[in-house]
Amino acid sequence: MSRMNIRISGLGGQGAVTAAHLLAMAANKDGKFSISNPFFGAEKRGAPAESYCRIGTERIYDRGELVFPDVIMVFHPQVITMQKSYTAPFYSGIKENGLIIINTSADLLSDEDHKRLEDLNVAVLDHDATKLALEIGRTELSTNMAMIGACAGITKIVSLEALDAALQDRFGKRYVASGGTATLDEAIKKKYAKKEMLLKANMDTIIKGYEIASEWAEKQDLHLVEVG
Amino acid sequence: MNKQVELKNKRVIASNHVKLGQKNQKGQTYTDINDIFYKAKQTPNFLTGSEVIRAAIKVASVGTSVAYPITPQSEAAALIGELYAEGYVDEYFRGESEFAVMGQCAGAAFGGHRVFTTTAGPGTLRAMENFPMWAGARLPIQVCVTCRGINSPLSIQPDTLEMYYLLETGMLIWHAETAQDLFDFILKGFIVAEQPDVHVPIAVCCDGFFVTHTKDTVDLPPDDLCLTPYDPYRNPQPVMDMETAPIRMMRDPFIMKSNYISYATHASWQQEVKAAVERSRKHTIPLLDGLIDEENTDREILIVGSGTAVSQAREAIRLLEEEGIKAGLVKIKTIRPFPYEEVRQATKNAKHIFVPEFNLAGWLAREIKANIPDNERVYVGPHVAGGMTMPSEVIVEEIKKHLGMEVATRGTLG
Repeated sequence: MSRMNIRISGLGGQGAVTAAHLLAMAANKDGKFSISNPFFGAEKRGAPAESYCRIGTERIYDRGELVFPDVIMVFHPQVITMQKSYTAPFYSGIKENGLIIINTSADLLSDEDHKRLEDLNVAVLDHDATKLALEIGRTELSTNMAMIGACAGITKIVSLEALDAALQDRFGKRYVASGGTATLDEAIKKKYAKKEMLLKANMDTIIKGYEIASEWAEKQDLHLVEVG
Repeated sequence: MNKQVELKNKRVIASNHVKLGQKNQKGQTYTDINDIFYKAKQTPNFLTGSEVIRAAIKVASVGTSVAYPITPQSEAAALIGELYAEGYVDEYFRGESEFAVMGQCAGAAFGGHRVFTTTAGPGTLRAMENFPMWAGARLPIQVCVTCRGINSPLSIQPDTLEMYYLLETGMLIWHAETAQDLFDFILKGFIVAEQPDVHVPIAVCCDGFFVTHTKDTVDLPPDDLCLTPYDPYRNPQPVMDMETAPIRMMRDPFIMKSNYISYATHASWQQEVKAAVERSRKHTIPLLDGLIDEENTDREILIVGSGTAVSQAREAIRLLEEEGIKAGLVKIKTIRPFPYEEVRQATKNAKHIFVPEFNLAGWLAREIKANIPDNERVYVGPHVAGGMTMPSEVIVEEIKKHLGMEVATRGTLG
């Protein structure tokens, strides 16, 4: 049995929950077992929000907060700089040979953080996902897409085809979500004349994130858990 | 205490309703529950628990659903509103509070509708007076309880303490482990609760977020089949409007008479409701394939649980297995009726019985301790509460510690 545990820490409104759902849906489409769930307080933009995605080769029962992740994605610098995460430090529980992807243009880790992560052989990618989202998707609301792309590019845990299909499921059809999520869905749809354009911009952002991260991964000596 | 029910050749006849085989206005065919689950092709879907509630209600021929927003059931309640807009539910509206909602549900059920509602945490407690009222009035209403913390300081996260308060309301209490359970329990719950010799309300409980907001694989039957509607003529007692003879429950409450017969009537009615809950066993056992599920109960170490605790226990058993420690599992599906005899049988070989729970009261451990011999075998825990996760590693550690085994320090930070 092999399994990859992905923990996503972000701020409310950034699409951390959607990101975990998309990764899980894509894994499901790839024929893997997966489960995803969110963790947040009363819905509030800017407040800490986490989500978890577990992908494996056998039926997964484990649910709830992911205490021992293989992969951590940080969607916003404030997760680190303002401690907007459910665990302190934000990488608490990371497994040996793990991976951390941080949405940032600058190194946010202290020397001590670097030392502790190096001791565990954890690879860290500083990935300017918001910049990528603004360039390609023309909205920072696509930050989550740039992050998912990077995660897939490094881990190859889900295929681009499956991510495309998951995107169609999530944004192509009518989707009912809570009030806050529905408002954000509407906001992003208004930015595009047609739904197809939204889907394409999101997929383009995912692909670009995938490519950048794949290139980075080739230069690293990674020993990530393999699923399948 | 309870006689074991023989399963062989038993089959619940959901309905010999005149409508069986006919189509409703949405083109769905009224179908026997056994055929929906065991004959129709089941297709895997990847859905959240809220979406699963919608999928179940779409094929449940619900007459009335009343909504009130409270996390984590709000999405499900909104999705049922969509079904109403699409014509799958006859009546749907928003109540003024959970208390009002449950009263409105009673009204609709008295009127002969199949009634479904959802609530959670503080909402369940606010509505509490209505639950024993439903049971006493023998209304087979279904409430889906998506458990959440109830105490101050505020929490929206899962905590199963509210189920403790529901235990003696006279309702059937079922506890879903996964979204699949939730779908199955909602549909099968209507059928069992509406049997003439049962005819009491049912609370189908699940752990909020861990089920409602989790995307998981669920096998669903085709949605062009649906349950036959509730048949009010199968009600075992005269339809009460609370004022109609011979009951006149509100207008002439027995207690007004202040005599021995009034107390005796009330006491015997409570006994009858309890008996009705017990009678549900024979309908539930074939539909749910038993009130409990067992895995390797010949082993000395057993984990007994309900809801998400079972899922976490499954993972813990995998981890223990990797270390060469063998443990068995008992999943309790119905809390009321409580599977006394089944749990006794399943635990008879166990030397150590662990009861992980997502609440600090440990109500499931109490139920078990009160009903099995040599109950010092029961270890009450591990517990988490207030929305905390119960990592499978924590269950493993607690088991090893209790058994006097060495617990390795985890190589973790923070």
